[in-house]
Amino acid sequence: MTSPIAPDLTAPGRMPVKPRAGVWRRLVRRRLALLGLVIVTIVVAGAVLAPWLTGYDPNEQMFDGLTIEGSPLPPDAKFWLGTDLLGRDLLTRILYGARTSLIIGIVANGVALLIGTLVGVVAGYFRGWIGSALMRFTDLMMAFPALLLAICLAAVFEPSLWIVAMVIALVNWVQTARVIYTETSSLAEREFIDAERTIGASAPRILFRHILPHLLPTIIVWGTLGISTTVLLEATLSFLGIGVQPPTASWGNIIFENQTYFQAAPWLVFFPGAAILALALAFNLIGDALRDILDPTQRGRA
Amino acid sequence: MTAGAGKKRTGAAAPVTAGPVLDIAGLSVSVRGEDGEREVVSDLSLTLARGETLCIAGESGSGKSMTALAIMQLLPQPAAHISAGRIRLGDTDLADLDDRQMRRIRGDRIAMIFQEPMTSLNPVLSIGRQLTESIEAHTSLSQSEARQRAIEALKAVRISEAESRLKQFPHELSGGMRQRVMIAMALALEPDVLIADEPTTALDVTVQGEVLELLRDLQRQHGTSVILITHDMGVVAEMADRVIIMRHGRMVEEGKTADIFARPQADYTRELLAAVPRIGSGVGRQKSRDAEAATPANVAEVRDLHVRFDLHGGFFGRVNRRVHAVEGVSFSIAPNETLALVGESGCGKSTIAKALAGLVPYSGDIVIGGRNLSGLGRDERKAVRRDVQMIFQDPYASLDPRMRVGDLVAEPLLIHGIASKDERSQRVAALFERVGLSADQMELYPHEFSGGQRQRVCIARALALRPKLIIADESVSALDVSVQARVLDLLKELQREFGVAYLFISHDMAVVENISDRVAVMYLGQIVEMGTRDQLFSNPRHPYTRRLIEAVPVADPGKRRSRFARLDQEIPSSTRKIGETPARLVLSDVGGGHLVAAGS
Repeated sequence: MTSPIAPDLTAPGRMPVKPRAGVWRRLVRRRLALLGLVIVTIVVAGAVLAPWLTGYDPNEQMFDGLTIEGSPLPPDAKFWLGTDLLGRDLLTRILYGARTSLIIGIVANGVALLIGTLVGVVAGYFRGWIGSALMRFTDLMMAFPALLLAICLAAVFEPSLWIVAMVIALVNWVQTARVIYTETSSLAEREFIDAERTIGASAPRILFRHILPHLLPTIIVWGTLGISTTVLLEATLSFLGIGVQPPTASWGNIIFENQTYFQAAPWLVFFPGAAILALALAFNLIGDALRDILDPTQRGRA
Repeated sequence: MTAGAGKKRTGAAAPVTAGPVLDIAGLSVSVRGEDGEREVVSDLSLTLARGETLCIAGESGSGKSMTALAIMQLLPQPAAHISAGRIRLGDTDLADLDDRQMRRIRGDRIAMIFQEPMTSLNPVLSIGRQLTESIEAHTSLSQSEARQRAIEALKAVRISEAESRLKQFPHELSGGMRQRVMIAMALALEPDVLIADEPTTALDVTVQGEVLELLRDLQRQHGTSVILITHDMGVVAEMADRVIIMRHGRMVEEGKTADIFARPQADYTRELLAAVPRIGSGVGRQKSRDAEAATPANVAEVRDLHVRFDLHGGFFGRVNRRVHAVEGVSFSIAPNETLALVGESGCGKSTIAKALAGLVPYSGDIVIGGRNLSGLGRDERKAVRRDVQMIFQDPYASLDPRMRVGDLVAEPLLIHGIASKDERSQRVAALFERVGLSADQMELYPHEFSGGQRQRVCIARALALRPKLIIADESVSALDVSVQARVLDLLKELQREFGVAYLFISHDMAVVENISDRVAVMYLGQIVEMGTRDQLFSNPRHPYTRRLIEAVPVADPGKRRSRFARLDQEIPSSTRKIGETPARLVLSDVGGGHLVAAGS
């Protein structure tokens, strides 16, 4: 009864499969991703080890930190990255500032990404009244000036780093939600989602096992873009007096304090700016590599 | 076009004995890919005489489309390029021309029509604008003269009310109409060579017949030389003077159409011809089926099924029109039986599949294994639906590209909590072997398989739950004929082994004749004729059924038809205003269970 069926040998897939190397090992093998990892490691190490890496106090205004005329010093052998308007060592402030900025850029941004993805996916998959309600709320948030909302929220709560992180998370999820929504609703129309329904897959299973993996590239891009946005948003909030309170350093407020002297002392904006750029770039490089590694259709491509 | 404008009019009447219009010698096309250069066309030589129709036939990946693009100098840049050979159009060597000169040749002396007319027309410009623009670009005609010429061109492709059609946009036309507009556009400038790349593949059979006939007539009138690229040997037999069979970028065989069909020389040509499904070749399994006699409980019963979609429109987005996709359809399927649903696009056959699979809301009754779905709770419905599985048309689109095929096949078992982890992988391995794949392929991803293999994965997945009914929605339509034949054999084998019933949905009458026990013909959401395969194919009663059967191109040049069944008007749409319902057809038995809609 079971006559053997002629196997389909037209193009016999790539037969021998090498056991999948771990994501980590494949990540490290990519040169650009490795560079990203190195940068992130340096920033994190700098933040954590700041007290041992520098002999200065980040908030100490030094007499020899200013010229006779009272203007900041350019980089030299004593102050490697120069000093700021108040005669504080810039390198020290950037190292300590990394603590604040990492929390904002990773935690606040991460929470925003999480909220945005969740709202977008649920609205995009279920449509109907849930979808409409969620998306109208998103539109409302979008139309409402983010800064004003942040100021309101910050006014209600006692200013602290964690409050700032929360405020930023609550403001920044909107764009992500919008993008994820559009993408989910087009994914939900794809035939393989129908195919999943016909085998009886539940909605959570479809959402998390079949839709979310396809959203990964978008999530990664928005996540890395969000790092620089949130770091700068924190600076804005600090500038308005509702963020991290001076004299505590953050990369954003170093730029903000000094931007008016940009022409006279460009290093004061350049170095913290470069730090933000490097961090965002590093996450972008890692994210790019992760996207390729996690996408099976990209397997075997350089 | 009628007499009048046209600079090459005299040339069209030239004797056929003149030198070749197009002469390709030693053409090779290479594509740069992941693993270096790869030749997709190797050392191809061909000539095309004036007024001749040359068919390039082959399966996917044979390099036939690349050849067409190479002639047009439209190879995808920068990946593909011509690595050797020359292409001469009359006295011009196309390789010598720069971009600007080539643009003048395109459209004017060589025109091309593509498979999908919707994507090759600009959706935001009216067809009149698109037609006149291409005429103006290549001639010195004034705008009003160009418009006149456009109207003539539309009349030539038998589009009624040509003048008012000029204002219409591509989306307002049906697929057949759009392809006619493409042909009008291509022929408006009276090119020497027309390249048609699968021009009728995306069209319904009845429309396909018309478009092919139109092409043939126009070619006769103008003496245009045509290169017709197709995978369909029926179309080849119908149209070609000469045939080139290609495989893996190489010419396998070349010859006169009659010779190729009667005395194929190459093994591959023989295989290809043998794989073509033909009406009248269906094996006589009907007898054995009737012998079983005893009517077992039906696997599925559909009674008075309606599926309607509301369309929102107007200022407040209220429902103002309704698509009557399925209007009161009833049928039943016995175990171990194959019921085919045939009809053209928009007739509601896929909607029935979706209703059965639980993908669209419906009214009416669907009874599966004796249980009416509408009376059940969610969990019970899920349990009952286990017995109905579906195989989709496009095996790539219906498999999650980010999952390993082994996991995909195991997923139904996992969802329904069947078997432990080890047992699951054993079962999946067994399924893989059963459908003709090997168990070590479980670790691969869908994109690492060919189309036929992917469809086998889909079949394994559908079989995993041991369903009583499998819905195959155009499941072999996207496959090459040789692969198609093997997949059809597999489906038949599996039916014999597992006793599963199929609801086989297709537009291809030849395939349907090959696999089905009973056939239901659908038109505008209703069944117009239903009966056993023999009843339907040997004695079609409804005019629509007859037209469907006649429209199928026969892979035999000896049976070439002089005239295709002509469609008088566009197929009406199943969209109606609120409150209007289409008239219900009443089916009457004309003997032996052969149901035909009354009034025919």
